[in-house]
Amino acid sequence: MTDVMLQTVDLSYLAAAVLFMLGLKKLSSPATARAGNGLSMLGMTIAVAATLFKQEILSFNLIIIGVVIGGVIGAVAAKRVQMTAMPEMIAILNGCGGGASAMVAVSEYHRLSPRFETFLLITLLLSVIVGTVTFTGSVIAFSKLRGIISGRPIVYTAQRASNWLLGIVVICLTIGVCLSPANISVFYGLTFLSSLLGVLLVIPIGGADMPVVISLLNSLSGVAVSMTGFVLSNNALIIVGSLVGAAGLILTRLMCEAMNRSLTNVLFGAFGAVGKGVDVAGAAAVAGTIKSYTVEDAATMLENAGTVIITPGYGMAVAQAQHAVRELASLLENKGVKVRYAIHPVAGRMPGHMNVLLAEANVPYDKLFAMEDINADFAHTDVALVVGANDVVNPAARNVPSSPIYGMPILNVDQAKTVIVLKRSMRPGFAGIENELFLKDNTMMVFGDAKETLQKIIAYIKG
Amino acid sequence: MEGSILIGIYVFVLATFVGFELISKVPVILHTPLMSGANAISGITLVGAIVAAGRDTDDRLTAVIGLAAVIFATINVVGGYMVTDRMLQMFKKRP
Repeated sequence: MTDVMLQTVDLSYLAAAVLFMLGLKKLSSPATARAGNGLSMLGMTIAVAATLFKQEILSFNLIIIGVVIGGVIGAVAAKRVQMTAMPEMIAILNGCGGGASAMVAVSEYHRLSPRFETFLLITLLLSVIVGTVTFTGSVIAFSKLRGIISGRPIVYTAQRASNWLLGIVVICLTIGVCLSPANISVFYGLTFLSSLLGVLLVIPIGGADMPVVISLLNSLSGVAVSMTGFVLSNNALIIVGSLVGAAGLILTRLMCEAMNRSLTNVLFGAFGAVGKGVDVAGAAAVAGTIKSYTVEDAATMLENAGTVIITPGYGMAVAQAQHAVRELASLLENKGVKVRYAIHPVAGRMPGHMNVLLAEANVPYDKLFAMEDINADFAHTDVALVVGANDVVNPAARNVPSSPIYGMPILNVDQAKTVIVLKRSMRPGFAGIENELFLKDNTMMVFGDAKETLQKIIAYIKG
Repeated sequence: MEGSILIGIYVFVLATFVGFELISKVPVILHTPLMSGANAISGITLVGAIVAAGRDTDDRLTAVIGLAAVIFATINVVGGYMVTDRMLQMFKKRP
């Protein structure tokens, strides 16, 4: 290949990187976001097309087979996936990216062995370690979210100690490979143990902490890409990897702040483990009685309200109730009620989960409010309607210092004149903590499947 | 240390800062599409996978690894972009 062609390939990578950055920039508003994603796709197309002109590529057979298989799987999955299943979809996509980066690094290991430059070898090993941890960690997160394995934290004795030990062994093997790079068994031992580490790190983390885990795995998949970029001395990969790494890290931090917990606590705290949470619940139990109301009571209350704020939680996703929520909101709006939505940052199983579901149900995005923008308004709102949310509206986070969620910022639904809570049963939320909101005088509990209850309320109001 | 590695480190550090700047402006309601969109571009590793799969090798193991890398990266790219697009087209203003 001539120098000119080589430079053209490199420059097209630069063009791709610029398009990716413009695409991310346009994500700053819902009005331009879709166009931004289009720019990003264009960048990817340019980068991939340019690569096909590289001299190193001697045979296109495997490339074509791989792109066709991967393309079909990706397209079918993206078309079919339900919006409520988006957390597990994103988890598995993160896993694919991390896995691919690790495999590219493994392939480079075989090509270069046994002559390595030290820096290159270190980045290669980092790519393998981070990539495989991302892959297996994402597979476990996916299985938890799908319910293939229990969403509860899986804990056993000496869990932290054994994870630390495994981490240390991984570091030792990394040094081992650096000392004798040609030793394939040490290299594959390292690859295997990194995969194991990914599994063991995610297994003790509970479902409600998944927003943090998914964001972190997202970040790690970016780090793996960057490291692969160093191995291939490809600046496009380095740039993209750091962009994605930064994005994931920002989200991870936001999610941790929204729970008032440190990343270490989320990763190693086994929050919501069976037994532990229940004990605390007993200690924090509040005096009062649950007052169960009928659908008719709730409907009358909503109909006669001037302002309503709807607060959705994971329960709305489980019941697939987003369309019913929107139908009720439209009905109320036609009767002159002002309806808005309050979204807690960690409601659901991934950052932005509730927003996507409500957008799917055609709720205009200017009615979706972030916690800090709407929290002051609850105090002068007639009805706060809670649909399948629990811990994010638990006043214990404000008043009960002994509560595990004490200090977590919550939505102030309890300050509304009336609170209507749609709940499947009296079972405590994920964290296993009693919720005094349900016992308050101004709270009306309506038990049952959220979607069915909403449909009954709608039917009643329509009369 | 080789010049290209040094340039690589420069690029890495600077791009991280650009990333933080760009992404801290993304509103909360778009956090899910942000994640899937960022995830899709991390499929750029496909570029490396294509090179790995395109070497005409007799070694069965490297061929399998190259092929698997292309499949995984393509799932990431195609699935990631399509699902992001599907989500973004749902976000509409008041009719």
